[in-house]
Amino acid sequence: MGSTNSTLLKIPNVEELMQETGFSSVHIIRLYDRFKALDKEGRGHLCPHDFGAIKELAMNPIGDRIIGAFFSPGQETVDFNTFVKILAHFRPVDKDRPRDPNSPEPINSRSNKLKFAFQLYDQDKDGKISRDELLKVLRDMLGMQVTEEQLESIADRTIQEADLDRDDAISFEEFRKVSAKILHLKKAPVVMSAEYDC
Amino acid sequence: MALLRRLLALLIVFSSTCKVTALEGDSAEVGLDYSSKSSETSTPTNVTTATITTLPIVIWKWHHVETPYLVALWILTCWLCKLVVELNHSLTSVIPESGLLIMLGFILGGIVWGADKAQTFKLVPVNFFYYLLPQIVLDASYCMPNKLFFSNLGAILVHAVIGTCWNAGTVGVALWACYEGGAMGTLNIGALQFLLFGALMSAVDPVAVIAVFEEVHVNEVLYILVFGESLLNDGVTVVLYNVFDAFVSLGGPKINAEEIIKGIVSFFVVAFGGSLIGVVFAILISMLTRVTKNVQVIEAGFIIVLGYLSYLTAEMLSLSAILSITFCGVCCQKYINANMDEKSVTTLRYSLKVLANGSETMIFVFLGLSAIDKNIWVWNTGFILLTILFIVVFRFMGVFFLNWILNQSRLIPIDITDQIVMSYGGLRGAVAYGLAATLDEKKIPEKNLMLGTTLIVVYFTVVLQGITMKPFVQWLKVKKATQADLTLNGKINNRTFEHILTAMEDICGRMGDNWWTRHWKHFEEKYVCWLLMTSDARKHNDQIFGAFHKLNLEDATSYVTEGESKGSLAFIRNDDSASVDFKKKLAFDYADIIPDIMADMSEYDFGIDNVPVMKNPIPSVSLGIHEQDSKTMPNDLTAHHLLEQHLYKSRRYNRPTYSRSHYKASENPDEMQEIFQRTMRSRLESFKSAKMGVIPAKKLSKHPKKDSTHKPNGKPADPNRTHPYGDEDFEFSADSASSSDIAGHFSRRSTNAPRAGVDNPAFIPEMDTSAPMRNPPWQTETANNTAVAPSQRAQGRLPWTPTNLGHLAPLRMSTRSTDSFAMADASVDEEAPEEKPGTHHTRL
Repeated sequence: MGSTNSTLLKIPNVEELMQETGFSSVHIIRLYDRFKALDKEGRGHLCPHDFGAIKELAMNPIGDRIIGAFFSPGQETVDFNTFVKILAHFRPVDKDRPRDPNSPEPINSRSNKLKFAFQLYDQDKDGKISRDELLKVLRDMLGMQVTEEQLESIADRTIQEADLDRDDAISFEEFRKVSAKILHLKKAPVVMSAEYDC
Repeated sequence: MALLRRLLALLIVFSSTCKVTALEGDSAEVGLDYSSKSSETSTPTNVTTATITTLPIVIWKWHHVETPYLVALWILTCWLCKLVVELNHSLTSVIPESGLLIMLGFILGGIVWGADKAQTFKLVPVNFFYYLLPQIVLDASYCMPNKLFFSNLGAILVHAVIGTCWNAGTVGVALWACYEGGAMGTLNIGALQFLLFGALMSAVDPVAVIAVFEEVHVNEVLYILVFGESLLNDGVTVVLYNVFDAFVSLGGPKINAEEIIKGIVSFFVVAFGGSLIGVVFAILISMLTRVTKNVQVIEAGFIIVLGYLSYLTAEMLSLSAILSITFCGVCCQKYINANMDEKSVTTLRYSLKVLANGSETMIFVFLGLSAIDKNIWVWNTGFILLTILFIVVFRFMGVFFLNWILNQSRLIPIDITDQIVMSYGGLRGAVAYGLAATLDEKKIPEKNLMLGTTLIVVYFTVVLQGITMKPFVQWLKVKKATQADLTLNGKINNRTFEHILTAMEDICGRMGDNWWTRHWKHFEEKYVCWLLMTSDARKHNDQIFGAFHKLNLEDATSYVTEGESKGSLAFIRNDDSASVDFKKKLAFDYADIIPDIMADMSEYDFGIDNVPVMKNPIPSVSLGIHEQDSKTMPNDLTAHHLLEQHLYKSRRYNRPTYSRSHYKASENPDEMQEIFQRTMRSRLESFKSAKMGVIPAKKLSKHPKKDSTHKPNGKPADPNRTHPYGDEDFEFSADSASSSDIAGHFSRRSTNAPRAGVDNPAFIPEMDTSAPMRNPPWQTETANNTAVAPSQRAQGRLPWTPTNLGHLAPLRMSTRSTDSFAMADASVDEEAPEEKPGTHHTRL
């Protein structure tokens, strides 16, 4: 227990962080250890290349985008609190804890998750997924399997499907509507799931 | 009332057939075996044995056909039962079909009994296990939602293996304890026999479960848990049964620790060995389908036969046959679906459904039928009631306990209502009966008691629990299945989230489910697909692409149906909804002018193969047919009428409509020739009539030359240029003239469109009053027209042209101006008067 507390003490604003993200202290410590492991030079913050060093992440077709999501525009580093906050998007929704109606929307709410995914597409941050942006994502994900022409048709069709206001782009509202039935939203990385709640 | 009468009529038919069969019966091994002691006193058979004095013209040869005849007759009877059951939907919505079939089985059994005073027909385990069960399991596993199954495999296995052992053990022990306590009077059953009985009672029957649950539409996780469990647990039950059976044969005193350990080992060997055989066969099947392209007609048959062989092979090696065929179906479905032609997949799906549904029906009817036998009814109230009580109670306990353990680690816990439904859905069925019927009377003196009890349990669960299941599910407000529409967005976003989640796991440095999924996927893509899929299939394997393809197919279908119901190609006419085009490069330039239809001539070669998109396994075409306007109906009708008149009608009567090994008769080369000749002829005619008409049409003057050069002997200049559609006109003009030429040729006619019903528009004087058409702007610009704005009129015209089929097939137009559609179309109606074959033969 002693070591637990001493680790926690190293983290600034830990109470606030736990409140905001909903992580338990065990989670926070686990994440803190991981954070330190990633931060090889011990600077107390992570740079994009720290993420790039994760081998599996390099294999991820949209890995770069995901790494990019950790860094707010203009910033080259991410500190522990931000790191945890971003990971908290994917904490499973807990049913047991009663939600205070006055409290702000939890960070791992459905809509926040979708927002996270949305900004992966929307690289120019104009609030819309344009055809080109979609095409880029598709190219990353589908890779060599299909021809460029087919990719374009898929992109067109996808936009058509979602595009309600016919501006040839997908706004977040439209994005939310078409993603109404996504299974994976319910899943969460195991590290944050209940079994580690000791 | 009507229903009742029909039922009665049917019953009379049945009874008469039954009587006939009973009369002729001897104890042949029939699919629905009949071990009759019935009368050999039949008279008609004597005819064959009588000495022949004269050449018989017709002989009564019942004995030659007896066995297959009876089998066929029973199959027919059972299926008719299903028909009767399905006549009234208000009935099946209350009582599940399986229950009704069992009841009809009672009635049939009663009739047989009434005729024979003995049970002549019953379900024989051998037939059940070898001829009726495999196809049901194969169908169920082949149609199993793969992803769902594997992602819940852990939970399913826990329920199927541990749950089944728990049920078998506790029911056996509890019954034995009650027996020792004196609840059943004196019976000749030992502890081991009770355990054996417990084992056979633990088989949750997939047939019964699917039949009930499919009508209830519970949510998919619950469905897969119950369904997967029932499927796998059959295999486990059979294994367990065999182990206990061996113990019973050994006899109590000989069983020591060593034997028990052997039993446990054999349990795992049999179960996993069977699964392994299934996987091996799945690999075999997948590899085989890589090379069956040339024998597409029997492609589907391969899978059925090999699936059946996997069952028999496992049986031969005394491994679990049910597990074998289950894993065979589950593992190979993805690869064979990708490898085989879409038609074969459909064929396979339907034939499996026919086989599975057929035997399912027979099983239920015979479950009812088998009950009408006074030999098997040894009544022991205590035994029967306690069995029912125990199987229900222990099932509930088992499910709750296992789910409690599973929920410790499950992300989305199985909630209490789902657990209740899971427990309540433990229906017993034909497997239990089949196992009970295989009991050896020498080893188990109380076999009939067990058999009778099994039947009662089956009736209790299938009929009673089946009936109450639906209201129960509604009352508990179990989450129902949500109908997810297939959308590209859904697929893509799903994929994105998969990637995000794995990335998050990587960042957190943990191996979770997503890690496993990802690595399996990686491995599969690299090796498994390489081994099991054709290169073509690999390419199109991607889910997003698959969804895209499916959506396109759907659109094409709706396009056709819609077109048929409206009488024409109404739908391409949506001016405002920007359907996606098929030739991107040009389309992009023109996107704001006319989004739907774009043609880039340079991309077409005129080979026949290029034409139909249908030939292309996955069209790179996106169809955007969602809105249709009906205001232009008259034009559609006109167009339809015109097409009807002028399109070349293939001479069906000349063609063989049946081909032994191919779906479609090959194109007749003569037909190609004729199409071409007719085209040429009509073109010449149209030119002539145009000349005689009012138009001087200077551009047109080029055509006679062209035509005559091609035509002198009526032979195509280049046979490759003819193609199977009716629009050879475009083609011809495309390669015969520069685009400006065609524009000239067609522009004259495009004005006719509004009066398209007119017989020969060429003779209508007003038609050439359209001044702009004489010298259309794009003609003058053709040299450098990269972005020609189509005229308003032309835009209006567009829709009814056959070329607009471009939505489905790449356009084969030559012009860069969109006006050409209208013109090309107009050329068709011009040819109207020339279409009487024969009258112009002299021309050629």
